[in-house]
Amino acid sequence: MSTMLFDEPGPRARRRMRVATVIGALATVALAVLAVRQFAANGQLDAARWQPYATWPMWRYLLNGLGSTALAAVVSAALAMAFGLVLGLGRLSPRRWARVPAAGYVEVVRTVPALLLVYVVLFALPRYGLDLPLFWKLVVPLSVSHAASFAEIFRAGILSVERGQSEAGLAVGLTPGRTMRLIVLPQAARRVLPSIVSQSVGLLKDTSLGFVVSYTELLYSSKVLANYNGLLIQTYIVVALVYLVVNMSLSKLARTLEARRRAVLRRRTTRV
Amino acid sequence: MSVILDHLPELWQGLIVTLQLTAASFLGAAVLGVVVTALRVSPVRVLRAIGTAYVETFQNLPLLVLLVLAVFGLPEIGIQADLLVTAIVVIAVYEAAYIGEALRSGVNAVSRGQGEAARAIGLTFTQSLRHVILPQALRTVVQPLGNIFIALTMNTALAGAVGVIDLTAAANRVNLVEAQPIPIFVGAGLAYALLAACAGFVTGRLEKRLVILR
Repeated sequence: MSTMLFDEPGPRARRRMRVATVIGALATVALAVLAVRQFAANGQLDAARWQPYATWPMWRYLLNGLGSTALAAVVSAALAMAFGLVLGLGRLSPRRWARVPAAGYVEVVRTVPALLLVYVVLFALPRYGLDLPLFWKLVVPLSVSHAASFAEIFRAGILSVERGQSEAGLAVGLTPGRTMRLIVLPQAARRVLPSIVSQSVGLLKDTSLGFVVSYTELLYSSKVLANYNGLLIQTYIVVALVYLVVNMSLSKLARTLEARRRAVLRRRTTRV
Repeated sequence: MSVILDHLPELWQGLIVTLQLTAASFLGAAVLGVVVTALRVSPVRVLRAIGTAYVETFQNLPLLVLLVLAVFGLPEIGIQADLLVTAIVVIAVYEAAYIGEALRSGVNAVSRGQGEAARAIGLTFTQSLRHVILPQALRTVVQPLGNIFIALTMNTALAGAVGVIDLTAAANRVNLVEAQPIPIFVGAGLAYALLAACAGFVTGRLEKRLVILR
């Protein structure tokens, strides 16, 4: 908690803070009351409209969707990371023919919407005889677009390893490739782990593009469900909560990893 | 190439909508983001909690889920607005979380003495934030804000998935009629790349003029 912007409060400041606390709390409560009234006024609070979400078949269906989301996220994360590592190494390569295309790829893909890539795979590739299965229609554009982000993360990680490390590797007679593989990459991997986890949250969020592809991940499943049972807002709220729980846990993991890494670094510097 | 020329009016209209979405939602997101940052660094615990909850919620929800919820869900409880306006508000609310997070790291980068000096000459919390801390914080986060702007431009394409006819949706429609995906999608991609390049150029210039070297 940064205490940069305020001192230990005196009696007057404490009074003001109490007033602000009350106002903040009241505003939150008022917002909640307003929302509930709006729901009630339109009959969306009826128990019958929420009760289905307390039944197991409904959750089995939604968890199936979540499973597909997870599968798509894991496969595209693996592909994007592998491709991203190649691109990141390419951008750092001393050889021009590797550096220029890698840099070009990253810069171009960063500035094209993922949805446009999805449309290309959905509508352009079939015309040229490449009609992928539904799963890959979602995974391929996601991997293509997130590979660029992973490339930047890996590049930053590799650059953050002290020069002395690779110099030492070269000095004991390792080839540049082995120095990278045995000395620099393992250290870089440890440093970029938190960023990789938070980038994966972004990727998991993007799997909701399955809505467009009509691949039955969580969001598309919920669309089908809502069209079937007519409980639009209930379904989407429940699904949003599911996304929230999953992504918050992942974000928490990223923060924990980061804190642990910082703690290790601190311990190391104090020991020296 | 002639496909693009034949359908120039539709594609142009789509580009205009994309620009409207981008400009309006970035403006809204900037205002909301400053408010969220102010909440997150305030001395009052409840306000800090509200700010943190806001950022946590909107950073962890997919934008498309929010758009679907707002466009198809909200009419169910009697809240119905123009489609474009809904999309703008949702994107603004979503991106405000990212702007708030970037600004907060900027506030943390302002050196401690600045806040202490502001208090020492008797400025209140709001005054010191407005006149001393935020102007400096903004200068340190020009580059991150530029990146958020580019990401926001790309995210406006998602509005196309819920029925707004933006550039992506217009390109898709033209392709459904003409079935010439390569020129159409490459053209649309180039337009986005051009927008991002402009944004990158402007942030580069801004950063050069505004950055404080410490």
